[in-house]
Amino acid sequence: MNILSLFVAIPTVMLLLLFCIKSQNAIRALMVAGSSALLLLAGVVTFMFLQERAVNPDVMLFVSDTVWYEALNIHYAVGVDGISVLMLGLSAIIMFTGVFSSWNMERSFFMWFCLLTIGVFGFFISLDLFTMFLFYEVALIPMYLLIGVWGTGKKEYSAMKLTLMLMGGSAFLLTGILGIYFTTGGTTMNIVEIAKNHIVPMAHQYWIFPVTFLGFGVLGALFPFHTWSPDGHASAPTSVSMLHAGVLMKLGGYGCFRVAIFLMPQAAQELSWIFLILTGISVVYGALSAVVQTDLKYINAYSSVSHCGLVLFAILMLNRTAMTGAVLQMLSHGLMTALFFALIGLIYGRTHTRDIREMGGLMKIMPFASVCYVIAGLASLGLPGLSGFVAEMTIFVGSFQEQDTFRRILTLIATTSIVVTAVYILRTVGKFLYGELVNPEHANLTDATWYERVSVAVLILFIVAIGVLPNFSSNIISDSIAPVIAGLR
Amino acid sequence: MNLGSFLIMRQEVGLLLVFLIMLVLDIFAPEKSKIRNTFQPLVCILFFIHTSLGFLFPSQGEAFGGMYVTSTLTTWMKHILDLGVLFMFLQSGSWLNSNEAMARRKGEFYVISLATLLGMYIMVSAGNLMLLYIGIETASLPVAVLAAYNKYQHKSAEAGAKYVMLSAFSSGIMLFGLSFLYAAAGTLYYGDINLSAAGSTTVGVGSVDLFTIAGLVMFLSGLGFKISLVPFHLWTADVYEGAPTSITAFLSVASKAAACFALIFALYNAFGSLFIVWKPLLWALIVITITLGNIFALRQKEIKRFFAFSSISQAGYIMLGILSGTQQGMTAVVYYMLVYLFANMAAFGVISVIENKTGRTDFGAYNGLGKTNPVLALVMMFAVFSLAGIPPFGGFFSKFFIFAAAAQQSEYLLVFIALLNTVVSLYYYLLIVRAMYIRPAETAEITKIADAGTAGMVRIKADSYTNISLFVCTGAVILVGIASFIFRNIDGLTFGIR
Repeated sequence: MNILSLFVAIPTVMLLLLFCIKSQNAIRALMVAGSSALLLLAGVVTFMFLQERAVNPDVMLFVSDTVWYEALNIHYAVGVDGISVLMLGLSAIIMFTGVFSSWNMERSFFMWFCLLTIGVFGFFISLDLFTMFLFYEVALIPMYLLIGVWGTGKKEYSAMKLTLMLMGGSAFLLTGILGIYFTTGGTTMNIVEIAKNHIVPMAHQYWIFPVTFLGFGVLGALFPFHTWSPDGHASAPTSVSMLHAGVLMKLGGYGCFRVAIFLMPQAAQELSWIFLILTGISVVYGALSAVVQTDLKYINAYSSVSHCGLVLFAILMLNRTAMTGAVLQMLSHGLMTALFFALIGLIYGRTHTRDIREMGGLMKIMPFASVCYVIAGLASLGLPGLSGFVAEMTIFVGSFQEQDTFRRILTLIATTSIVVTAVYILRTVGKFLYGELVNPEHANLTDATWYERVSVAVLILFIVAIGVLPNFSSNIISDSIAPVIAGLR
Repeated sequence: MNLGSFLIMRQEVGLLLVFLIMLVLDIFAPEKSKIRNTFQPLVCILFFIHTSLGFLFPSQGEAFGGMYVTSTLTTWMKHILDLGVLFMFLQSGSWLNSNEAMARRKGEFYVISLATLLGMYIMVSAGNLMLLYIGIETASLPVAVLAAYNKYQHKSAEAGAKYVMLSAFSSGIMLFGLSFLYAAAGTLYYGDINLSAAGSTTVGVGSVDLFTIAGLVMFLSGLGFKISLVPFHLWTADVYEGAPTSITAFLSVASKAAACFALIFALYNAFGSLFIVWKPLLWALIVITITLGNIFALRQKEIKRFFAFSSISQAGYIMLGILSGTQQGMTAVVYYMLVYLFANMAAFGVISVIENKTGRTDFGAYNGLGKTNPVLALVMMFAVFSLAGIPPFGGFFSKFFIFAAAAQQSEYLLVFIALLNTVVSLYYYLLIVRAMYIRPAETAEITKIADAGTAGMVRIKADSYTNISLFVCTGAVILVGIASFIFRNIDGLTFGIR
C-alpha cells in the first residue's frame, strides 16, 4: 500500500474500532494513539518528501494510481507536492490537538470526528478530481451533526446554514469539475495530467474558472458567501471549531490553488480582478466586523474570515512570492486559529460565558491559559518571531510586486487589516485578561488541565517554529508553486 | 410456442409459477391452518428461487415476432424489480399479521403483488406499444387493490380509489396517443415506428408529422403518470400517504423503476429518431419535476407524503440520464435505480417498523430516535444520506454518474439546476436527521406503546425478516458505490441500446 493511503486508512480503522469499544478510557487511548500515529506519519512523509524531492523533479511524488471506474476514467490517484505535505502536517497537528481538546466527549462524537479527518486527509492526497470531490463532501457532512448535536447556542440554525451553504458551493464545484473533465475530451480526471496535456478550451475556461473558484471559495470564506463561518464556528464545540477553522477552511484555499488556478491559468489571469475585489472585501470587512463583536468565538470567526480572505487574495496575485505567502498563511492561520479556539473552549468551559464584557482579570486566575491567549493574539496580529508575521509579510511583499495600480491599491487596502487586527486583538486581551475581576465567581476558576496544556503547547510550538524557521516551509512551498507559475506565464 | 420462446420468457414463466402456487395455496389452505403462517417464508423462498433461476439459461432474443424482447439488460432490470418486491415481502410481515382480519387475507397480498410484478415484466420486455399498454394495465390495476388493502381505513380506501381513477384517466390519454401514433406510422412495433419517423425528421422538427408529435406527447404523459413526473404527479402524495407503508415502498421503487425502464426502451427504440422532439420536452419536465418536487417536500410534516415528494424529485434526476441519450446515460439510469431502490427500501423499512409499533408517521415520531433506537436511526440516516447524494454512500456515485451523463452532452445548465436542487433536497433530508439526532425524544408517548427497554430507553424491535431486509439494504447502500464492479457490469449490459 502506498504510504499516503495510510492517511485515509488510519482514521478509517479508528472509526471502525470505535464501533467496538465502549469505555471512555479505551476511546481516549484509541484516539490518542491514532492521532499520534497520524502525526508521526505526517512527520515521516515530510522527511521522505524532502529526500525524494532532492532527486526527483516530478510535480507529484509518491504517486499511486488505481483504476476505480474506468468508464469515466475515475482513478483512486494519490500523490503529494510540498503544499500537500504541509497541509497534511497541519491537519495531523490539529487533529492531534483536537483530540486533547475534546477529552470528555462521547464515542459518537469521535466517530464523526474520524469521518471528518478521513475527508480532510483524503482531500489533500487526492490527485483525481472525482476522488478529491468525494473526500471534500465526506469532510463536510459530519459538520452538520458535530455542530447540531454537540454545539452550543443556536446550533440547529448554524449547523443547517453551514451545511447548506457549503453544499451550495459544492454544487458550483461539481458543475466545474464535470466541465473540466468533458471539455478536455473526457480522457482523464487526473489533475496533473490535465494541466500537462489537456488544456481547458478558452471559451470554457471563462465559465469553469469562476464556478470552480466560487465553489471552493465558499469554504474559504469568500465574501459574500462567508456568513456560514461566524455562526458555524460560534456554535461548534471546541475541537470542531479547531478543525473547521484550522483545516477545513484550508480546503477552500488549497482547492482554489490546485484546481481553479492550476487547471485554468488563462482565465485566472483575466478574471482574477473580480475575485481580488471580493477577497479584498473579505479581508477588510472580516477584520472590521471582528472589532465590534463581544463574543470571543465571533471575534475569532470574523478574524478567520479576514485571514482566510488574505489566503485567497494572495493566491489571486498569481506570483510566486504571494502564493508562497498564501500557503504560509494557511499554515499559520490554521495553527493560531486552532489555538484560539482551544483556549476559548477552555475558558468557556470554566466561565460559561464567551462575552468579553462579562469577564475580566483572568490573567491572575488562569495564568497559563491567559499567557497562551496573548501569544495567539500576538501571532495573529503579526509579531515577528511568530508564524503570522512571516506569512503576512510574504503576502504583502508579493502582492506589492505586481506593477499595476489596481493591484497595488488593493494591496494597500488589504494591509490596513493588520492595523485593525491589532485593534481587536489588543482590545479583547485588554478587556478580559487584564483589568478588574468582573465576576467574583471567576476567582475560584482553575487553570488548564494537563490534556488542555498538551493541546495548547503543541500548537504554540509549531507557531514559534514557523516564525523562527520560515525557510524550512517556504522552501518546500516555492518548489511546488513552480508548475503553477509555469502554467501562468 | 417452442422451447426457445419459453427460455426467452423464462422469468415470466417462473413468476407465473410462483403466482399460481401462492394462488392455489391461498384458495385451498383451510382458514385456520398452519400453512398460512408459513406464507411469508414460503413466498420469499419461492421468489428467491425464481430470481436465481432467472440467472440460468441466459437466452436472449425476440418472441412473437418482435412483440416480446429479452436481452441481458432486460433480465437485469427484472432482477432489480425482483429485489424491490423481495424487500417488500420481507418488510410486510408484521403489518400483515397486525390483526386477525388482515392475517386471514395475506395470501391475497402476495398474489396481487406478484400479478403486478408480472405486468412490470411485460412493460420492460415489450417490443410493441400495444403490449406495453397491456403491461401497464396489468401492473396498475393490482396496485390500486394493494393501495386500498387496509380497506376499512378511510385513507387507504381513498388512496385506492384515487389511484384507479387517475390511472384509468392517464391510460386513456396514453391509449389515445397510441392511436395517433398508429395513424401516423401504421404500426405499433418499436422498430417500425422508429423507421417511419426517421423518414420524416430528415428536414427538421417542423416537418415531423403532427400526429406523431401529439401521439408522443400523450404517450409521455401516460408514462409520466406512472413515474410521477410533474405535472402528472398529483396522485402521488395522497396515494403514498394513504396506502399501507409496504405498498408505498413498492410504489416508490418497483412501480417507478418499471415505468422508467419501459420509457428507456420506448424512447430509444421507438422514438429514437424523434430525439430532437422529445429532448426539449424532457428538459422542461426535468426542471419542473425536480424543482417542484423539492419545494413541496419542504413543507411536509408527514413522512410518507414527504417521501412521495422526495421520490418525485428523484424521478427527475433519473430522467436526466435518459435525456442524455447515450449508453453512459442508460447505465447511469439503471445504476441509479438500483441505488435508489436500496436506499428507499431501507427508509421505508424503518418507517414501517416505527409505524407498526407506534402507529405514527409524522416527523415527531422520529424525534430522538438516535438515542432511543440507535440502529434504526443509523439505517434511516444512511438511507437519507444516500438519497441526498452524500459520499461514501451509493447515492453520491449514482448522482455523479447521472450528472456526468448529462454533462457529456454539454447540458451544463441543466446539471447546475439539478445540483442546486440537491442542496434544497439536502435541507429536507437533514430535517429527518435533525429530528433523529438533535431533537430530544418524545419518550412519554412512545413508551406507552413500545416495549420499554433498559434505563428508560425505548427500543423498538423489528421482526427478523424486516431486519434481514434492513441489513441487506444498508450494506448495499454503503458498498454499492465503493464496489465499482456493479457499475461496470451494468455498463457492459447497456451496450448497444442505441
